[in-house]
Amino acid sequence: MRLRTTLACSALALGLALQAQAADVPEGVTLAKDQTYTFWLLDAIKSMDPQINTDVEGSDVLRNLFEGLYNEDGNGELVPGVALDHEVSEDGKTYTFNLRDDARWSNGEPVTAGDFVYAWRRLADPATASEYAWYMELMQVANAPEIIAGEKSPEELGVRAVDDHTLEVTITTPLPYFPQMLVHGSTFPVLQSVVEEHGDDWTDAGTLVGNGAYTLVAHQLGERVVMEKNDTYWDADNVVMEKITALTINDVNQALTRYLAGELDRVDIPAGQYPRLKKEYPDEAVSTPYNCSYIYMLNVGEKGPEALKDVRVRKALAYAIDRDIIVERILQGGQKPSYNWTHWAIADFERPELDWADKMDQAQRVEKAKELMAEAGYSPDNPVNLTLQYNTSEDHKKIAIAASQMLKQIGANITLDNYEWKIHTDRMQNQDFDMARYAWCGDYNEASTYLDLMTSYSGHNNGEFYNDAYDQVMKDSKTAADPQPLYQEAERILAAEMPIIPIYHYANVDMISADIEGLPENNVNNTWYGKDLYRIAE
Amino acid sequence: MDLFSYILKRLAIAIPTLLLLIVISFLLMHSAPGGPFTSERELPPQVLANLNAKYGLDDPLWKQIGNYVWGIVSEFDFGPSFVYKDRSVNEIIAQGFPITLTYGLLSFAVAVIVGVGLGVAAAVRHNTLLDYVAVGVSIGAQVLPNFVMAPILVLVFTLWLGWLPGGGWQGPEYWIMPVIALSTSFMASIARITRSSMLEVLTSNHIRTARAKGLPERLVILRHALKPAMLPVISYLGPAFVAMITGSVVVDIYFSTGGIGKAFVDSALNRDYAVMMGVTILVGALTIFFNLVVDILYGWIDPKIRY
Repeated sequence: MRLRTTLACSALALGLALQAQAADVPEGVTLAKDQTYTFWLLDAIKSMDPQINTDVEGSDVLRNLFEGLYNEDGNGELVPGVALDHEVSEDGKTYTFNLRDDARWSNGEPVTAGDFVYAWRRLADPATASEYAWYMELMQVANAPEIIAGEKSPEELGVRAVDDHTLEVTITTPLPYFPQMLVHGSTFPVLQSVVEEHGDDWTDAGTLVGNGAYTLVAHQLGERVVMEKNDTYWDADNVVMEKITALTINDVNQALTRYLAGELDRVDIPAGQYPRLKKEYPDEAVSTPYNCSYIYMLNVGEKGPEALKDVRVRKALAYAIDRDIIVERILQGGQKPSYNWTHWAIADFERPELDWADKMDQAQRVEKAKELMAEAGYSPDNPVNLTLQYNTSEDHKKIAIAASQMLKQIGANITLDNYEWKIHTDRMQNQDFDMARYAWCGDYNEASTYLDLMTSYSGHNNGEFYNDAYDQVMKDSKTAADPQPLYQEAERILAAEMPIIPIYHYANVDMISADIEGLPENNVNNTWYGKDLYRIAE
Repeated sequence: MDLFSYILKRLAIAIPTLLLLIVISFLLMHSAPGGPFTSERELPPQVLANLNAKYGLDDPLWKQIGNYVWGIVSEFDFGPSFVYKDRSVNEIIAQGFPITLTYGLLSFAVAVIVGVGLGVAAAVRHNTLLDYVAVGVSIGAQVLPNFVMAPILVLVFTLWLGWLPGGGWQGPEYWIMPVIALSTSFMASIARITRSSMLEVLTSNHIRTARAKGLPERLVILRHALKPAMLPVISYLGPAFVAMITGSVVVDIYFSTGGIGKAFVDSALNRDYAVMMGVTILVGALTIFFNLVVDILYGWIDPKIRY
C-alpha cells in the first residue's frame, strides 16, 4: 500500500472513518465472559521504552502500551492511530499529519504533536544513546545523521508541531513507503514530563504512562508482563479484551506443553512438529508467512576466499542446495523454499522470473552446478574447501549439515563452524567467514527493507558485495513512480551475481487457541494489537 | 586461635579473593569477541560511539575496572545493565536473587533432610528391602539430571494431572516443581554419602561400646552415630551449594521463575558486562561465605579440628 497524494489520503481517511473501531466483532457472535489473552515470550523484555527497545518481542508489548501515528490491520494495511490522515507536499518531502483530538495518555493528559516531536528527538539524541537511532536516518528525517553524530542539536530534527494536533515531518529524499515506517515502535510518542521525572525508572509498572489501549500492571523480568485495558484510550469503548498477559518461557518445547495444558493462548511450534500438531489440533495449528528471509551469505570481499570471487562457484553453491528437502524434511512448518532475497509475501512485490528457479528442476540445477564447478576448476576429486559458519541452534545445525552434504556432490568440501551468537555476529561483521548463516527480518512491509541491505552503502552488507548497477537501481527506486520493476531488476542482479544463497522464507508457525479472534492472518510482519482481539464463547 | 579471630581472618582473606575474582572475570569477559551492542544490525559507528560513551566502554580497561570497583565500594552500585536498559544491576539482582534463594534454600533443605533420612535408614536396615529401595531410588535420582526431570515434571503434573502450574513465580504452588527438580540429584548424592559413612561409623568401636552398655538402638544412632557420619556430608555441602546455583539456570529456563541463574547465563551470552560482574561477585561472595560456614560446622562436629 502506498500513500502518495493528498487525494489518496483523503480517500484513505474516508475509508478509515467507516471502520475506525478496535475489535471488529461480527454480529451474532457471543463473546466469552473471560476476555483475557495470554501469549508467549521466548525471552525477558529488555526495555519498555519505545526509543530504547530493539526487539520484536518488546515491540509486541509496546504496541499495546503505546500508539503511534498509524497502526496496521490484519492484512498489513495502514489504519489510523493517533494520526487520522496526512498530506504530502508536491516534492514528496514534507508530510503533514492531522492528529485526532481525543487521544489521551493514561494519566488523562491529551496526546499532542509535541509528544511525537519530543520522542523523535529523543530517539536521535546522542544522549539517549539508542541502538535504534539509525531508524531516524532510515526514515530520512532531515538532520538525523548530523544529530546522531553530535554535529547538530536534537532541536534541529526535521519534525515540528505546527499546533497541538498537526505534526509536520521533513525528509531529505522522497520515500514512497514512509507512512509504513511509522508503525514501528521506535516512533511511538512518550510523555516528556514522566520520562524526565522518573529517569530510567519511568517504564516501571505503576509509573509508565502510555497512550495505548492497555496499561502496564506488572512486569516481573523474565517471568511475566501483565497489561489491563486502559479506559482513557480514545477507542476504549471498542476494546473487548480486558487483560493481556505475556509469559516468558525460555524453552520452546516447555512453552508448547504449557499451551497444551491451557496456560497460554499462543505459542510458536518447534521445528518439525507442525505436521503432527496440525493433524491433532487442526483448528489451532496455523502457519502464516513471516517477514524474514534465511540465507547463506558469501564473503565476496577482500578477506573472503579466492574461490568465492568466482561467480561460477557462487552460483554452483546456490544451485546445488535442495531447498525442498530443507523445508519439507527439516523445518516442516509451511516455510517456503526461496530462490531470491525479498520475502515472497511482501506487499506488491512479485519475484521476477529467474532461470534457475523457474526453468530448472533440482536435478538440472545440480547438473548445472557440476558444470560450473568444472569450469572453475573444481570437482569432487579436486574440491574447493570452504567453511560454513552458523550460530548455535539445532535448526541451523540441521540445515547446515544437510547443505554440506548437498554441496559435497558438486565438489565443495564444507567445514561446519558453530559459534555462539555474539561471536558469529562479530566474525561476520569483521568479514572473518567464507559462508555464513544469516537472516534478515523486514522492518516494514515493502521490498526495499530487504533490497537496501545489499547496497554497497548499507552497513549490513557483511559479504561486501559491491555492485554499481545494483546501487544505481536501488537509488532510482527511491524516486520512481513505481519502484516494483526496479526491485525486480535488483533481484535479477542478485541472481546473476549470487552474493547470497537464498534458502527459505520464514513462516510463523503457531498454536493459537481456537476461541481467540482478531489476530492478523495476512500480515507478514505479524503486527498484532490487543485492542483488535476478542474471545468467543465456546 | 579462637573461633572469632578465625572468622575475622577468613573474612580478611575474602576481600583480596573477591578483588582478584573481579579483575579476572572482567578481563576474561572483555577478551570474548563481540560486545553488548554487537547485533545482527550492525550499528552505525556514531551510534556505537554514543553508546560506548554513555556506558563508559570507551575508557581504557584499567579505568573501567577502577570505576567499577569504586562504584561498588563507595555506593554499593553495580552499575546499569547494558542490555536491560531500564534497569540497574542492583534492581536485577534484587528481583531475581530472592527467587533463586527461595527455591535454592528449599531445595537445599529437602536434599539434606530427605537425603540424610534415606541414607541413615538404608544404613541401619543394611541389606534389607528398605536398603535396596533407598539405594535404587537414589541411583535413579542421580542419573536423572534436572534438565530431563524438569520437562517430565511439567508433563506429568501440569499437562496430564493438571495439579500444578507449569512455570512462573506467583506463590507457593509455583515452588514445588522447581524444588523437586533442583533437589533430586543432590538428595541422591547426600543419601549415598550418608549411607556409606553411616555404615562405616556403625562398625566403629564407640558404637559397639554404646550398644554394649545397653543403649536403645534409636539413641545409638541419633546420639553417637549420626554426628560423626555427617562429616563427609558437610564437606559435600559446600560444592553442592555452588552446583545448585549453577543448576538454577536449568530451573529458571524450564520453570520461568525469573531467577538469577538465567540472568547470569544471558548476561554472558549478551555480553552484559555489568550484570555478569554483579552476579559473579554475588556468587563468589556466597561461595566464600558457605565454605566458611562449612568449616565452622566441621569444628562443631569434630572436636579434633582446631582453628
